[in-house]
Amino acid sequence: MKKLILAAIAVLWAQACNADAMRMAVTTSFDSSGLAEVLLPAIKEDLDLDVRLLVVGTGQALRLGEAGDVDAVLVHSKAAEKAFVAAGHGTHRREIMYNDFVIIGPVADPAQISVASSAAVAVQKIEDAQTPFVSRGDDSGTHKAELKIWASAGLDADGFGPWYRAVGAGMGAALNTAAGMQAYVLSDRASWLNFGNKDGLALLFSGDPVLFNQYAFLPVDPSKNAALRNDLAMKLEDWLTSPRAAELINGYEINGEKLFVFNAQNE
Amino acid sequence: MFEIMEGLKSAFWLVVTFDAELWEISLRSLRVTLTALLVASAIAIPLGTFLAVQRFRYRRTIISFINALMGLPPVVVGLLVYILLSRSGPFGVLNLLFTPTAMIIAQVIIITPVIASIAHQSMRELWAEYHDLLISLNTTKGQRILTLIKDGRRNLLTAMLAGFGRAIGEVGAIMIVGGNIDHVTRVLTTAIALETGKGDFALALGLGFVLIGIAFVVNIAIHTLSQTEREGRW
Repeated sequence: MKKLILAAIAVLWAQACNADAMRMAVTTSFDSSGLAEVLLPAIKEDLDLDVRLLVVGTGQALRLGEAGDVDAVLVHSKAAEKAFVAAGHGTHRREIMYNDFVIIGPVADPAQISVASSAAVAVQKIEDAQTPFVSRGDDSGTHKAELKIWASAGLDADGFGPWYRAVGAGMGAALNTAAGMQAYVLSDRASWLNFGNKDGLALLFSGDPVLFNQYAFLPVDPSKNAALRNDLAMKLEDWLTSPRAAELINGYEINGEKLFVFNAQNE
Repeated sequence: MFEIMEGLKSAFWLVVTFDAELWEISLRSLRVTLTALLVASAIAIPLGTFLAVQRFRYRRTIISFINALMGLPPVVVGLLVYILLSRSGPFGVLNLLFTPTAMIIAQVIIITPVIASIAHQSMRELWAEYHDLLISLNTTKGQRILTLIKDGRRNLLTAMLAGFGRAIGEVGAIMIVGGNIDHVTRVLTTAIALETGKGDFALALGLGFVLIGIAFVVNIAIHTLSQTEREGRW
């Protein structure tokens, strides 16, 4: 018995691996869409490159890039991305693909947003009805998009009552919370379709151009430190904007529904 | 309720089918936590014993401080380790961020105070018993500490198991410094957090049951190795 246990311990430490790899910080919504599981094996196959994903909110992803801890970021918040490049943290910004945000809520739809004519009207209805609304509240791309929608309706989320609940968590956790309290929540379409705990929730509003959700790739400025692999980041960018990536991204479906639209421009 | 049954079922199938990914993350969990446990014990056990044996001016302050550190939130530890190991931080050149080593460092910081506090508490009682004998034998300080560690090994084992329990179930710190990268730093707890985020409660619970099973096996293994809880060896 004793020998067996010691042997088991020896096996535990015996393994180690260190392949050529780069790190990319991505948003939680990108990861929970499931697209990464399609793209990463293809990247490995085509480029022999291990892309290690750090799944965080857009705010934290840009922060990791700023510190030079990741080689590139893939996020979805245009204003924050432009500020990132302007501040010299990233070399440039390249648009890759888009999907859209949707408003999720209880099947009974107490605020009647499914008949709303625009996203601004829909959130106005939620505010009028004072029904619970779950906000990401974590400075992520989705959170920023949500704040923009409130602003477009002339409302300020800071002044909301207790019905407005900022959970400060990732997309999946926010959806779980919304399911638990039968609240409304803004989600990207991909995360919603891939979400397993749809209990009592339904997609109630979508289709307004203001809900457009652009994902962009930003290589981190390699002058930050010597360990940054800008060469690999550029290789990845070339792949992400190639016809092969276009085919995989456009062909990715959940339950027969297309999730992302490839829109990278060839330079 | 239904989901708990589903969780048990998924745990059962993951284990009996020798799911490759489950093996990988379980072994990584064990490797990280057991390494952290060894390092933390090597620091904490002599420290706790020393504090029991030695009298000096700020002893009480140091003991209170270590006890207070037991309540350190893992997220704060994670953030501190992140800032230190970040490439823009003081230890950035080591390039340790988002590696299992970073996770081990964070866990050592979290569990060292736990082990030191429990070790100190039990060593203090033992020292009260051994005090007169060891003083009259004219032992050196080092000999006293060694004797206490040797004779108090069962209590120290409890301290280590408490540290192990805290480390294996910890998620806040290793999420920040490890990054939950698939095939690199994903361990059981971060995988559970991930599956919960995806709304796949059955798989998350299944992994949780596997975690409890592993903790159980490790406890048994440590008892076997140290020959405690056996007949005739009380």
